Amino acid sequence: MIIALLGNPNAGKTTLFNALTGSNQHVGNFPGVTVEKKEGQIKGAPDFTLVDLPGIYSLSPYTAEEVVTRDFLLDQHPSAVINIVDATNIERNLYLTVQLMELGVPVVVALNMMDEVRANGDSIDVRVLSKGLGLRVVPISASKAEGVDALLEQVRALAEQGDRSKALDLCTGEVHKAIHSVAHIIEDHAQAAGLPMRYAATKVVEGDEPTLAQLQLHEAEKDIIHHIVEDMEKNLGTDREAALADMRYAFIEELCFKAVHRSGHSKEQERSERIDRVLTHKVWAIPIFLAVMVAVFVLTFGVIGAALSDWFSMGIDGLTGLLDQGLTALHINQAIHSLLIEGVCAGVGSVLSFLPTIVVLFFFLSILEDSGYMARVAFVMDKLLRKIGLSGRSFVPMLIGFGCSVPAVMATRTLASERDRRMTILLIPFMSCSAKLPIYSLITAAFFPRHAGLVMSGLYVLGILCGILYGLLLKKLFFKGKPVPFVMELPAYRFPSPKTVLLHCWEKAKDFLVKAFTIIFMASIVIWILQSFDLRLMMVSNSADSMLADIGRLLAPVFAPLGFGDWISATALVTGLTAKEAVVSTLAVLVSGGDVAALPSILASLYTPLEGLAFVCFTLLYMPCVATMAAVRREVGAGRALVYMLTQTAVAWVVGCLVFQVGSLLL
Amino acid sequence: MTLDELQVGQGGRIALVGGEGALRRRLLDMGLTPRTYVKVRKVAPMGDPIELTLRGYELTIRLEDAKNIRMGEVDA
Repeated sequence: MIIALLGNPNAGKTTLFNALTGSNQHVGNFPGVTVEKKEGQIKGAPDFTLVDLPGIYSLSPYTAEEVVTRDFLLDQHPSAVINIVDATNIERNLYLTVQLMELGVPVVVALNMMDEVRANGDSIDVRVLSKGLGLRVVPISASKAEGVDALLEQVRALAEQGDRSKALDLCTGEVHKAIHSVAHIIEDHAQAAGLPMRYAATKVVEGDEPTLAQLQLHEAEKDIIHHIVEDMEKNLGTDREAALADMRYAFIEELCFKAVHRSGHSKEQERSERIDRVLTHKVWAIPIFLAVMVAVFVLTFGVIGAALSDWFSMGIDGLTGLLDQGLTALHINQAIHSLLIEGVCAGVGSVLSFLPTIVVLFFFLSILEDSGYMARVAFVMDKLLRKIGLSGRSFVPMLIGFGCSVPAVMATRTLASERDRRMTILLIPFMSCSAKLPIYSLITAAFFPRHAGLVMSGLYVLGILCGILYGLLLKKLFFKGKPVPFVMELPAYRFPSPKTVLLHCWEKAKDFLVKAFTIIFMASIVIWILQSFDLRLMMVSNSADSMLADIGRLLAPVFAPLGFGDWISATALVTGLTAKEAVVSTLAVLVSGGDVAALPSILASLYTPLEGLAFVCFTLLYMPCVATMAAVRREVGAGRALVYMLTQTAVAWVVGCLVFQVGSLLL
Repeated sequence: MTLDELQVGQGGRIALVGGEGALRRRLLDMGLTPRTYVKVRKVAPMGDPIELTLRGYELTIRLEDAKNIRMGEVDA
């Protein structure tokens, strides 16, 4: 039996999901959209599959999340819907509940955070609430796993009873009249479309486009409906959308007046206010935010993550060494030996050493997210990103891009809309990732030893500038549609639940591991084949004879306008796709016979500084490494990912070309 | 008077929610309906967006969008 879990963001949905399913969960996407779908078996009730629907505020048809939820509820007919409601913020949370009532699905309300309500000296009369809603209501505290058994009992009772919620009339007066008149007209159409009648009538009165399309009304019927709604609007002095929202909230206000008894200000809110006095302070907010990000970066890429990564790669090297010895001892075929050691172990191994960094980063990010701080970051930084059509929410993923694009792309999951997600993913590669640093140091050492700092910071600035221009262009050309409005809740600060944080890290780690052993595994093998064989599929001893070098020669003319149209640099760029640091090692192999120390001086004799500059600008901007590509593919689909990569490379080519051509004119 | 013109700390009752499409619907869904009491709690460091308190919770919206909300009676 399918049980759906539904509720507002920040109502404790994830915590309840984890409490109900344990770690027994599976993450995927809803078909056709990049809205995450989590499923899990309920602990102690193996016949129940719990589906975690996206966190939403309303069933209006404007965001992908809302549409997905609506479709799921209407098409999949879950045996019961658990609607989690934040009892400390009950009025707005019940708005979604009321819409579920209109939909006529079987609902159990899980009234969460009741412990906080009690601690504040407030009370909610569950019986009055239940009677007023016509729904089963169970008080719980998801973070303490209180009331979860009672909730399950009610869910089971409802699912086995198979009854729909009683058609409670929550509308009054003019709206009531309009809904009932419309219901008579659309009765047959609603039945034909398989929509609950009351729901369809309400949506028609509200002017809901998808429902109107589904019903396939005749012109004459549309005319009558138009008149009914117009009458209603005239009598109420307001339009249809406002009238319905108003009606729902009026119903909720009346119910809360009877069922909720508040003693005054809540402790959580007072605490949040105090924290916000510092964290969103007029002067201190931005310095504090930057300090937090620096701390996260230093800890992730410098202290904890780096140490873990070192141990991890030591472990991988150790295993590779053992395998190497074993293969040698057993006299395994030379080609297979090379494939396993230089292809698979080196390729997957180098990417795997990122794993600890990613886990550590997501550990901090999910603490920032779950505590409520991320919403404040969006509040503080919003104005900065608005010009390129994004909201403050995109700031953190882009910032992470300076560390590593892979977790940055993965972090776009928390963004509010598909449009924002896509645009942010497109911009992340412009934030120069840390793996490109070795390339910058090599090039600056070779060509600009006296201005190393200037050139390096210049590159970072160039990346950001290109990102801004690219963003403006995208906004003008491809993301013309109105952005999802920035109307965002600032939830009360809460202590993150350790279980939720750890499960989140585990989820991201799993995601990354799957990528490492599928797409990155294959990519490593392909690169190895190209590197080790020539066109007649003979193994080569000199990499200058390999297929990879042939590809380099083939590509070289493309880079002629950029000044470095030779096969060596082109080959280095191709290997850079496995991981950006590989550009340096390939150059070392091809130019100085593997001697990295001698590389700068030899490079300086082979290329002019301007060619070097064009080369490094191109490496700054061209398509990201396979690990990033895999992450992008996971978020936006293969076709889109390919387009993103190609346009990105085109931008890099144009910039590199400009640098070289304009530079040649000036010098 | 519209919501963006309120001072920090000032509150009032909403008279009318203008605008259209997704934005308007989102404002209504979040509880910014006529006769609701809202208070401006804070302005972001860069002067925009603003933080509101309504129905016992905190909401942030941009000044540009707050212009769509016409206020009725406003606290002195």
